[in-house]
Amino acid sequence: MNARTETRNFWLLVAIGGGVTLAGLGAAWLMEEHGHAITGMDNQVVWGLPHVFAIFMIVAASGVLNVASIGSVFGDAVYKRRAPLSGLLTLALLAGGLMVLMLDLGRPERIIVAATHYNLTSVFAWNVLLYSGMFAIVAIYLWTMFERRFNHWSQAAGVAALVWRFVLTTGTGLIFGFLVARQAYQSAVLAPLFIVLSFGWGLAVFMLVQSALFAWNGQSVPGPVHRRMARLLGVFVAAALYLVAVYHLTNIYFARQHAFEAFVLLGRGDGGSGFATLFWLGFVALGSLLPLALLFHPRSSARSVLAASLLVVLGAFAFLFVFIIGGQAFPLEIFPGYQVSSSFGDGAIAQYRPSLPELLLGLGGVGAAFLLTTIGVRVLDFLPRDDKASAGAKGGD
Amino acid sequence: MSKPHNAARRGFLGTAAAAVGGVMLAPGIQLIEVAQAATPGASAKVRWGMLIDTTRCASGCTDCVTACNTENGLAPPARSTDPQWIRKVEIKEIKTGRAASLPVMCQHCAEPPCVDVCPTGASFKRADGIVLVDRHSCIGCRYCMMACPYKARSFVHEPLADQRPDVPRGKGCVESCTLCVHRIDQGDKTTACAEACAKAGHGAIVFGDLNDPQSEISRRVRAVASVALRADLRLDPGVRYQGL
Amino acid sequence: MTPPRSAFGASPPGGVSPHRASACALASGWRTPCDMQVARRRQRTGRAGSAASAWLRWQLLGRSLVLALTGCLLPAVADDGRALWPTIEKPAKGAQCVEDTATMRRQHMDLLKHQRDDTVRGGIRGAKHSLKDCVGCHAGAKTGSVAAAPGDFCVSCHTYAAVTIDCFECHTGKPAAVAQRKP
Repeated sequence: MNARTETRNFWLLVAIGGGVTLAGLGAAWLMEEHGHAITGMDNQVVWGLPHVFAIFMIVAASGVLNVASIGSVFGDAVYKRRAPLSGLLTLALLAGGLMVLMLDLGRPERIIVAATHYNLTSVFAWNVLLYSGMFAIVAIYLWTMFERRFNHWSQAAGVAALVWRFVLTTGTGLIFGFLVARQAYQSAVLAPLFIVLSFGWGLAVFMLVQSALFAWNGQSVPGPVHRRMARLLGVFVAAALYLVAVYHLTNIYFARQHAFEAFVLLGRGDGGSGFATLFWLGFVALGSLLPLALLFHPRSSARSVLAASLLVVLGAFAFLFVFIIGGQAFPLEIFPGYQVSSSFGDGAIAQYRPSLPELLLGLGGVGAAFLLTTIGVRVLDFLPRDDKASAGAKGGD
Repeated sequence: MSKPHNAARRGFLGTAAAAVGGVMLAPGIQLIEVAQAATPGASAKVRWGMLIDTTRCASGCTDCVTACNTENGLAPPARSTDPQWIRKVEIKEIKTGRAASLPVMCQHCAEPPCVDVCPTGASFKRADGIVLVDRHSCIGCRYCMMACPYKARSFVHEPLADQRPDVPRGKGCVESCTLCVHRIDQGDKTTACAEACAKAGHGAIVFGDLNDPQSEISRRVRAVASVALRADLRLDPGVRYQGL
Repeated sequence: MTPPRSAFGASPPGGVSPHRASACALASGWRTPCDMQVARRRQRTGRAGSAASAWLRWQLLGRSLVLALTGCLLPAVADDGRALWPTIEKPAKGAQCVEDTATMRRQHMDLLKHQRDDTVRGGIRGAKHSLKDCVGCHAGAKTGSVAAAPGDFCVSCHTYAAVTIDCFECHTGKPAAVAQRKP
């Protein structure tokens, strides 16, 4: 590919990413003008599709930095070469996810209030500090990797980034874990669950982006490298499946959680079996078991590994949809042991249908992450170099 | 530096200091005078609460809901996006078949989960126990709605107009029952729902100061068995229910 | 130093050229450096006089146009009450404001901001700087509000000063009906 074609392709990608981002911004403006009434959210399901996108991106942002951590903290050479790209993806995904979250607020023009008034008993307030700090730490980490004079600092920065992102992902899990009222949440296991989910989702996203970048550049990821990462992804997917199983098994053990588990796992209730189908088919079968088969099969190829990564990402969306929206759709149990009805939807499973503005807003965040990655890779030297000539670059092997 | 000079100097300085002090204090004295014209404000000595006698609640009666909507300028709810500060809930025990009807609103907990989770501190508990949303700080994140065990909070999904002057409310913020704080602050002794229920002759709702042992509500909760909703959560709500 | 290798291009646009002169020429669009010198000489001699007077003429024309337009627009008041200057409708009651005009102009936002916390968090109502009382006095006669039409009290000044207020997204701009305060 000559320079002219490459330049043209770059601007084409920027146009696509920019267009999707603009569509998202337009949807956010519509929501701001007309209120959330134009979305599918209501007083029962208060967090909808935009939150599914946002939380996926934030969790994946934390997990994608894993690649860099394995490189910098544990000194693995293969992963060390990939650390800058991993850092860039962290920043891009975090920016995209936060963009969606902030634009979905009822009053997005009051971000400055959120940035200046902190109620420190709130996980959300911690997260504002943690996310801002994450940007700073990853930026410094990238700088230590790019600036030759500071290469010896990159391990310390990598450790700092590792610790920070553990706290951050714990905070993300505890957003839900601290909600004592909801049967879907109120569990301490959500913190480690989100950390393990972040490992898998982050690595899947990294592998997809890495393969795409290499393909654009007319190269391919070296076989051994690809196989190592594929096996690691398999381990993460299995670990996530284990923690989800533990979470549900514990719930099933408690009599007071039976109704909720029947709703989520078996589809009982007037809400229909949508959430149960999405959970078993979307997350367990297509999002976990099939990728495991693809990743650990003795004759797995690069293509099947990529298919597995894509399935893991789709499974992530299925999981988050069931977790976030299903968790809200199930009614609060204000009167245990009673059949309840009211004008406010008490006792009834809420019907939620995602609307176009929500979908566009969520995709807009993905577009923003895509745009930032595209521009970043074009402007700076993020592409991992696996050939022997790369000795001496990026802090040495 | 003879004695008379010193005395004169000290005298002058003393007078000057007194004069300056007086000038500085005077505006403060004036402000105190003005402040007395306003209402005294919330006091920690008081804890506002409600006792609801569900045996006097008729299924299908919505007098309290109508009164609340009128008082606070809420439109009658038509869709699931419309705010409801108070609603009548019909319950039937699954095992025994015993039915009851009761109004549910913000329970004004002493340990409110909504206050713990609000990132900006907009959801707060006032000194007198009323849990409110400061709409000047609310960013509309809806986390408090996720946290509330009673589904007490509503989000304003649409632009509003012609709000009641005492009850400002607007699009993008979260809101819930305020125990008619605008009336209570101005010396009123009851809320709109309790007043309407009493006027209609049902007398199911009693409002008062739980910290005052001589108030009607305190005497009633001492005399009859009453429970808090979701008492297992140990939130210590200010609203209690009799006959459940 | 080798240019950065990125996924979508081998080198940054423009590239690095060994000949500075030709690179400059390329950038500026001229074919040779000679042409640039000729153009500069032309500007300095001969054409200078006519260029200067043309510039003067354009300046005079432009400035007088601006003056005329401004003069025309100054007293303009549209039918909907919109004006270039804020139209301050005097409160009908003729009562005095709680602060003098200069103080109010400079500090009303701080006074209101302080008062709102006292009211919402402290429960103090009817204080000196209560927004409800402001609205009670300043609501316009035509619309009965301080923020409904462009000519109304709050909106008029704020439009002139180009400062957004979102008080009236939640607060009504219309005064409360006269009511006795309960004891």
